[in-house]
Amino acid sequence: MTLQIMEGSIAIAETVRLCRPQVISAYPITPQTHIVEGLASIVADGRLDAEYICVESEFSALSACIGASAAGSRVYSATTSQGLALMTEVVFNSAGMRLPIVMGIANRAISAPLSIWNDQQDSIMMRDSGWLQLYAEDNQEALDMHILAYKVCEDHDILLPAFVCFDGFILSHVYEPVDIPTQEQVDKFLGEFKPYQKLDVNDPISFGMYATPEYYLEFRYEHDAAVKRAADALRKYGKEFKDVFGRDYSELITTYKLDDAETAIVAMGSICGTVKDAIDEMRKDGKKVGLLSIRCFRPFPSTDIAKALSKVNTVVVLDKNVSLGAKGAVAIEVKEACYGSDVKIYDYILGLGGRDVRKKDIKAIVDLAEKGKGDMFYGLRQEVL
Amino acid sequence: MSLGIGCTARPGNSRNNKTGSWRVFYPVMDHDKCTKCGTCQLICPEGCITVNPDKTYTIDLDFCKGCGMCAKECPDKAKAITMIQEEK
Repeated sequence: MTLQIMEGSIAIAETVRLCRPQVISAYPITPQTHIVEGLASIVADGRLDAEYICVESEFSALSACIGASAAGSRVYSATTSQGLALMTEVVFNSAGMRLPIVMGIANRAISAPLSIWNDQQDSIMMRDSGWLQLYAEDNQEALDMHILAYKVCEDHDILLPAFVCFDGFILSHVYEPVDIPTQEQVDKFLGEFKPYQKLDVNDPISFGMYATPEYYLEFRYEHDAAVKRAADALRKYGKEFKDVFGRDYSELITTYKLDDAETAIVAMGSICGTVKDAIDEMRKDGKKVGLLSIRCFRPFPSTDIAKALSKVNTVVVLDKNVSLGAKGAVAIEVKEACYGSDVKIYDYILGLGGRDVRKKDIKAIVDLAEKGKGDMFYGLRQEVL
Repeated sequence: MSLGIGCTARPGNSRNNKTGSWRVFYPVMDHDKCTKCGTCQLICPEGCITVNPDKTYTIDLDFCKGCGMCAKECPDKAKAITMIQEEK
């Protein structure tokens, strides 16, 4: 294993190359741009034998992916924020057609107000679309999850598309040491794409047909069942991933110093790195705090989370999104997962639209939770309200 | 019909989706009143009224959605089609 210092987006582009997609269709948008720029160069330089389709919008980008995937190709796209919002109809269609498309999401806030900075509102907005959603803590996870996502999505028992989510700028534009796997490793793990069914003029089929009221409910049930099955597929292939690449993805959640913790912090994405550092400092001050990091938001690992949180007194959920008029999306589901237990669960909406979250903020939030103050926006600047 | 993954279908499959299930009212034709003008057959948006060799008409209730246009457009001197509420 050789570590190379690379920008996150370029590391992802190089990893996507190793996955050998046959069609790439994407529309550039900040902060995802470097990924598609990188892939365009890779294809133009002849380092990847793929069709790179330049389109006029994100709606077209994912629509082209639907066509290419239905025709039997392994496909890739990447987007963020407004681009993902513009794709909405196609996001739901591609999932319903059960096409194993992998799409990178450089997480960014949603307009209005316009913001190019990071939070996780964009992918959370697609919570109910039937795509798998993986969240990376660092660039190594972001590129590993791309490889893992293809493996899981293309399994004929699953046949679903997946988002690989990584925080915009915080990961996409940051240089970190990463292990870019070898072509042999990726080929060994992924193999060739074998479509379950495909468009063929000699044996025609149509995708995403009409379902009358007698059938629609059953289609949705089957789709839901496939998303739930993906949990075990992720565990199985996550374990295989370790055998080939040496990094373990057999769990949908990871923990840090949680075993003896009295307070657990639940978070998703790059914020987990900051939380771990804050935990180390709080532990030195005698506070028993631990982290539960959610790697996979869809399917939601409710049982794993309930089990991991069964011994703590207090749970702090950090949400870089908000379901306006309710709570943060992660907190809503953590509360559901822990329903019936005595644990106190507090939600904190923070870091929206690129607001920095530092170690001192994590410590302040733990203090608030200890005082029973929660289910709130954290860090509001009262002077501008 | 078993569900195809991704809601895929072979050509001609729409014949299996009997959209007549949407219907609330169904048309009944009085052949004694009918003047065989053919308006109902022309006007039916689903194309489910066919002419028989004896110039009478048959309404395919598997696909008739009960829109009532045939009954509405049947000329005043005949008014041979009546819409009756389905009992479900």
